[in-house]
Amino acid sequence: MRNTFAREMTIFAKERSDVVLLSGDIGNRMFDDFKIIAPERFVNCGIAEASMMSIASGMALSGLRPVVYTITPFLTSRCFEQIKIGIAYHNANVIIVGTGSGLSYAELGPTHHSLEDIGILSTLPGLRILAPCDSLELSAQLKESLSFDGPTYIRIGKKGEPNLIQNTIKTSIGKINLIKDGCDILIMGIGPILGEALEASNNIKSVFDKNVKVVSLGSIEPLDESFLSEMVEKNFKCWITLEEHGFNGGVGSKINNWLIQNVKKRNFDVINLCTPNRFINKLGKQNYLRKELKLDSAAIFEIIRKYV
Amino acid sequence: MTRLEKNTFKKLTDISLLIRKRTVITSFEAKIPHLGSCLSCVDILVYLYFLELSINPEKFEDIDRDRFLLSKGHAAPVLFQVLAEKGFFSLSELKEFGENGSFLHEHPPKPGIIKGIEAATGSLGHGFPMGIGMAISAKIQKKDFNIYALLSDGECNEGSIWEGALLAPKLKLDNFIGIIDYNKWQATGRTKDIMNIEPFVDKWQSFGWHCQEINGHNFDEIHEAFLNAHKTVSKPSIIIANTIKGKGVSFMEDDNNWHYRTPNNHELESALAELSTDRKK
Repeated sequence: MRNTFAREMTIFAKERSDVVLLSGDIGNRMFDDFKIIAPERFVNCGIAEASMMSIASGMALSGLRPVVYTITPFLTSRCFEQIKIGIAYHNANVIIVGTGSGLSYAELGPTHHSLEDIGILSTLPGLRILAPCDSLELSAQLKESLSFDGPTYIRIGKKGEPNLIQNTIKTSIGKINLIKDGCDILIMGIGPILGEALEASNNIKSVFDKNVKVVSLGSIEPLDESFLSEMVEKNFKCWITLEEHGFNGGVGSKINNWLIQNVKKRNFDVINLCTPNRFINKLGKQNYLRKELKLDSAAIFEIIRKYV
Repeated sequence: MTRLEKNTFKKLTDISLLIRKRTVITSFEAKIPHLGSCLSCVDILVYLYFLELSINPEKFEDIDRDRFLLSKGHAAPVLFQVLAEKGFFSLSELKEFGENGSFLHEHPPKPGIIKGIEAATGSLGHGFPMGIGMAISAKIQKKDFNIYALLSDGECNEGSIWEGALLAPKLKLDNFIGIIDYNKWQATGRTKDIMNIEPFVDKWQSFGWHCQEINGHNFDEIHEAFLNAHKTVSKPSIIIANTIKGKGVSFMEDDNNWHYRTPNNHELESALAELSTDRKK
């Protein structure tokens, strides 16, 4: 994903003279192409995320389109107030891109896990919150974010994640993206972990010949409410939410809230798969932690089989 | 020293007196605190708005205007007075200061709500790096305007100030001028006792800034400091302005109670008596 991000930024560097890339001293070689095209529009702000965020705000107020990039926890929880005031309150045209989100940096420990970023940032009025599941969705979201006014937060993974979405994406902000169609069970989630849902769905198909629908809720704020309304009318036995994020303020809680406010009587179960509300001390690779936390394809398979 | 022309000096002195008087009255009427912090930076603001900044209230969104950020946002009451006197809005609009439902309260709101305000400040340590962002933008856009930010000494406790202080010299932002209203007090005590920032000039110089120390109540010294700042190439400038908290009203001067207090009837009368040489009223 981050290579896609760098590639898209290089294109923007060429196409738009107002795009500036701010980095918190990471991804240096990644942006070599950007720096060749627009050296004066690449600013390594050092390991100083709070001021970097305010600097981006000042740039946006001057008519530029800054894109701020570093590791998610340092870009979100560390400078929440700079985002609240400089970005959200000023409605500044800043795109905040956090890399290594969720458990992408699993083995780096709780300092590098970001399992609360969506929760804290979604308390801020007017901030778009996006979490692409793959490079295709990321590219679409980046392009759209640059063409819209107002601030955007994009939560991305690391590198090497497989593409999950089959079709070309025209619009992504405020819209879900379909990964696999189905009519028995609905899985809605965010980020590359949807690969686990797709695998579980394929296994269910081959073992039970049942169809699990898998969609990316890559646009969390704004949420695709018309899609949700449409799904309520279908005959799914169960809705499953899936995310590498804690329950509080995550996608699961948002779907639950939406159901409470919009659906009087439902005839399907809702299961929220998310990270536990505790710091994770027993570390390992991302796929190890997904397994330990019962967020991997095998765990998802076990949940679904009860319904088919 | 390059002295100001006599008439200019007098004009600035008169405006400062007027602004001090109005600020004290507003603090009394609307029960707005931070009077001491406001009075210490009156002369700096008056110099900026009436001699230094390239701004026009008629074209307040002109893309080539100089930008001023009140990083010490709690001095908004005096900034509003200066903006009104400069013509950004009418004095009658200031009448609603502090009233329920008014936009005019204790800190500057985001741009677009009150004419002439470039950024919402009030949480310390934000305006300064935002100004640095504007200065980088001006370089990228090849614009000639300057960016000014007024900081408080207490504000220099904030880490984000020093993050920005490290970055600006690297980027050779000679279009950025910071001014520190060094009144030696912060909310609950002496700056030197709470978080000693001395040796202050040495700190800024060692960070790579063009740093000057002046008397922030002397218009000739303020004038020369800005002239020097403009002559500085490839370095951002910081002007450490030694000031007196509560300047202009004898019983408020250097008394930190006026960080939060507002004057009562008797104190208002005494203050106005001291500020009564105002011939404009």
